[in-house]
Amino acid sequence: MAKLMDYDRALELFEPVLGFEVHIELSTKTKMFSDAPNYFGGEPNTNITPVDLGLPGSLPVVNGQAVRYAISLGLALGCSIAPTSRFARKNYFYPDLAKNYQISQSDEPIAFEGSVEVELPNGRMFTVPIERAHMEEDAGKLTHVGGATGRIQGAEYSLVDYNRAGVPLVEIVTDIIYGAEADAPELAKAYVSTIRDIVVGLGISEARMERGNLRCDANISLRRRTPEGEPPAPLGTRTETKNVNSLRSVERAIRYEIQRQAAILDDGGTITQETRHWHEDTGETSAGRPKSDADDYRYFPEPDLLPVVPSAELIEELRAALPEAPAARRRRLKAEWNFTDLEFQDLTNSGLVNEVIDTVAAGASPAAARKWWTGEIARTANAQGVDATTLVTPLQVAQLVALVDDGTLTDRLARQVLEGVIAGEGTPQQVVDARGLAVVSDDGALIAAIDEALQSQPDVLAKIRDGKVQAAGAVIGAVMKAMKGQADAARVRELVLERATALPE
Amino acid sequence: MTSDLTRLTADALASKLASKEVSSVEATQAHLDRIAAVEGAVHAFLHVASDSALAEAADIDRRRAAGEQLHPLAGVPIAIKDVIVTKGMPTTSGSKILEGWVPPYDATVMTKLRAAGLVSLGKTNMDEFAMGSSTEHSAYGPTHNPWDLERIPGGSGGGSAAAVAAFEAPFALGSDTGGSIRQPAHVTGTVGLKPTYGGVSRYGAIALASSLDQIGPVSRTVLDSALLHDVIGGHDPRDSTSLTDVWPSFAEAVRNADVAGLRIGVIKELQGDGFQPGVMERFREALALLEAAGAIITEVELPSVEHAIAAYYLIMPAEASSNLAKFDSVRFGLRVNPKGGGTVEDVMSATREQGFGAETKRRIILGTYALSAGYYDAYYGSAQKVRTLVQRDFAAAFANADVLVSPTAPTTAFKLGEKTGNPLSMYLNDIATIPANLAGIPGISVPAGLAAEDGLPVGIQFLAPAREDARLYGVAAALEALLEQKWGHTLLSQAPDLSSSEMNATDEGAV
Repeated sequence: MAKLMDYDRALELFEPVLGFEVHIELSTKTKMFSDAPNYFGGEPNTNITPVDLGLPGSLPVVNGQAVRYAISLGLALGCSIAPTSRFARKNYFYPDLAKNYQISQSDEPIAFEGSVEVELPNGRMFTVPIERAHMEEDAGKLTHVGGATGRIQGAEYSLVDYNRAGVPLVEIVTDIIYGAEADAPELAKAYVSTIRDIVVGLGISEARMERGNLRCDANISLRRRTPEGEPPAPLGTRTETKNVNSLRSVERAIRYEIQRQAAILDDGGTITQETRHWHEDTGETSAGRPKSDADDYRYFPEPDLLPVVPSAELIEELRAALPEAPAARRRRLKAEWNFTDLEFQDLTNSGLVNEVIDTVAAGASPAAARKWWTGEIARTANAQGVDATTLVTPLQVAQLVALVDDGTLTDRLARQVLEGVIAGEGTPQQVVDARGLAVVSDDGALIAAIDEALQSQPDVLAKIRDGKVQAAGAVIGAVMKAMKGQADAARVRELVLERATALPE
Repeated sequence: MTSDLTRLTADALASKLASKEVSSVEATQAHLDRIAAVEGAVHAFLHVASDSALAEAADIDRRRAAGEQLHPLAGVPIAIKDVIVTKGMPTTSGSKILEGWVPPYDATVMTKLRAAGLVSLGKTNMDEFAMGSSTEHSAYGPTHNPWDLERIPGGSGGGSAAAVAAFEAPFALGSDTGGSIRQPAHVTGTVGLKPTYGGVSRYGAIALASSLDQIGPVSRTVLDSALLHDVIGGHDPRDSTSLTDVWPSFAEAVRNADVAGLRIGVIKELQGDGFQPGVMERFREALALLEAAGAIITEVELPSVEHAIAAYYLIMPAEASSNLAKFDSVRFGLRVNPKGGGTVEDVMSATREQGFGAETKRRIILGTYALSAGYYDAYYGSAQKVRTLVQRDFAAAFANADVLVSPTAPTTAFKLGEKTGNPLSMYLNDIATIPANLAGIPGISVPAGLAAEDGLPVGIQFLAPAREDARLYGVAAALEALLEQKWGHTLLSQAPDLSSSEMNATDEGAV
């Protein structure tokens, strides 16, 4: 168990410096360089061609859809698109790499120099600088057998599945990120979350972190703070944490590394430049292989492929088809819906912005849509341990809101109707009909119940007649109870006051 | 000397097959018999596919008998350089590391050959991974030059050239990275053409240097090369570097051969010092014949050609070091388990140590070094600049000439073993052929006669601008006709009859 420094103390002594490499698996029909379907899972080594296996004589051919996806992503990241970009071979021996080189892009990536605006939970806006986004192929999958940990150390043998070999990837590399300060862990999470929103919005990836569609390597180093007026200290040695498979893990891993590195540095130790593995169960990182800037991959231009030269027309066509950037979209919606900062933040954090959009589109007011999704629906989802979006559809919520707006349902009744909808009893109207939950709007029935209540509580009746109208509450309560809640309380109140004077003494 | 079927050109044999005068089974059997008779002496083949060849031939005969419309070359036998991946036939690229590997797929050129109904006789010997100029780097023993069994057949495609020269096959496929089709043609008295880069699909050719490799035809006549080129050429969506051009018929170019008014540029830097007198003599004689036939002979300069070999020996090994990384025992080929076991890295190491020959290791080390951080700019980077200069030199030269000409190689066939101890002198044998690969332009070698001092074949090389392969077929066919008219016979009719030299076969390299 590594020694950790208190987080606040670590931030007093050091400035965290960040950098992220996010790999996105593109959801193209076929692989990056072969015509094998872009699908893995199933029987190992069945979804492969000579190209994916790197058989002698085989040659790669670039997937045009993957290039278009990469350009769209580059544009969404605010990057320039290279008029000419080139594939390069990254040479290293590893058994999951069929050719013992990976076809990637080196100094001529397809997209470069962009930025992504992210919003932190505390409302702070942060601009993450993007160095580049480049295309490459995924490696196969190794399974280490016989060891206690499932990792290569101690394994008796390893199995290789090349079904994943050649799946198209885009790697997004940030510039060095300064200034996150104490928000570093939240920034990490918000950045990855924003990238996920972007690729989902573009429809170019499933972006499921738990499935490895989106993978984040988090680089972090600490720079010792210097007194005001003195030059800044040099950058610290960085570690690269891998295997971070959820948004929550990204945040935790960064926090952990800050605390771990701070403890070592404060003890006069040095940080080893290395990859570190994140362990979800223990919430710790452990040392992987040493990594130095001198790692020599002997990059050279891939001679089997021509340069990628997208036409200006294609780039503009893809630019025109871009969905709105997540941050801009948020700003627009917040203004359109007239939400407070807090209300919008609350909605964003719930991850239900799209549901509210669709509910509003189906006719509900933004306020009502927000109230239902972040209120009753989110609570039910939380209690059942499921995703809120799986419980009801935006259309059903809009129908529910309409029934409240036209007076058919009170809020309380609407909650019961929602419960019925979630239970699969049909549309809100069907639940209202089946359960007989509509508000009783027949004054005759209400008056009968009111008269009975007033007559059984003569003292209350007397008080009301004396002008102490607040005493009416007891009668209203009794009437609502008698009506099993299916009455409009305001109407009941009106009628109580009316009947109190109308009844014979 | 028999007038048997193996003496026919592919074109003549095709006519006899089409007229049903001869069956494909008969033609195939005749070549298999010839192989059996001379292989002990020549060792041109690494694998002879007798059974499948006869089955393919029988199938063609059956289809022809059924009245099916067949390709004009259907039923003609062919030999395949072992660098080309063949489904169901072992493919080793001359290396122990692939011994016994039977590919699960066909190279695009094989698919085309099969579609045209050509009959594959087997796989021909070569320097390991096409690295060499003599076939002495084959892991399976050298091939012997049919003109003199003590001499090299050229390389890397010595097997294909020797098979054709020894009448074991009418024509063959070769591959040319720095001269591996043309230099063997030069030393064996045969014809060989390296197409424009991108003219023939590389899919299924085991890569030596991807930016230099081209598959091309090897034959005894210019027309046969053209006929074969017409079959294998054209765009292949599986090879991104293959050109999308629609190519003219090269056989037509041969039939319309005419050099009147053709401007032929003699490359100043590729003659004189280091070139054998007998080679230069045949070269000048050929030029004189062409001039007499109406060609305009001029001289052109390619000043950067003197750096071409140096650049080539950086680019080629750099690409090879990466291309050969896949030979690691994990997915195919040889696997050597170190004594006492070990990690996967240990197994990869032991396999590569045992599976690769010395020349292959030399080039992997050279290439790895040239690409290393800190050396990349000085070596690989500089070599690419030279490559650009060579391309510019050619562009300038072609402004004043339709085709360029040089001897194909400085010397006739050297003796087996003569240069194996001195890699540099071996590399220098490719001085005239390498520039075309660096520039991506086509080149052809045609027989120019025998050198007076040793009686061995000499070739002459023509080069044309990229995409102008047809020009080469035209000028080569014209020269071939002029020379044969002068001699009164073909050059190969003067080659020794190997059926009597069978007893002299050396033990080394016998199948």
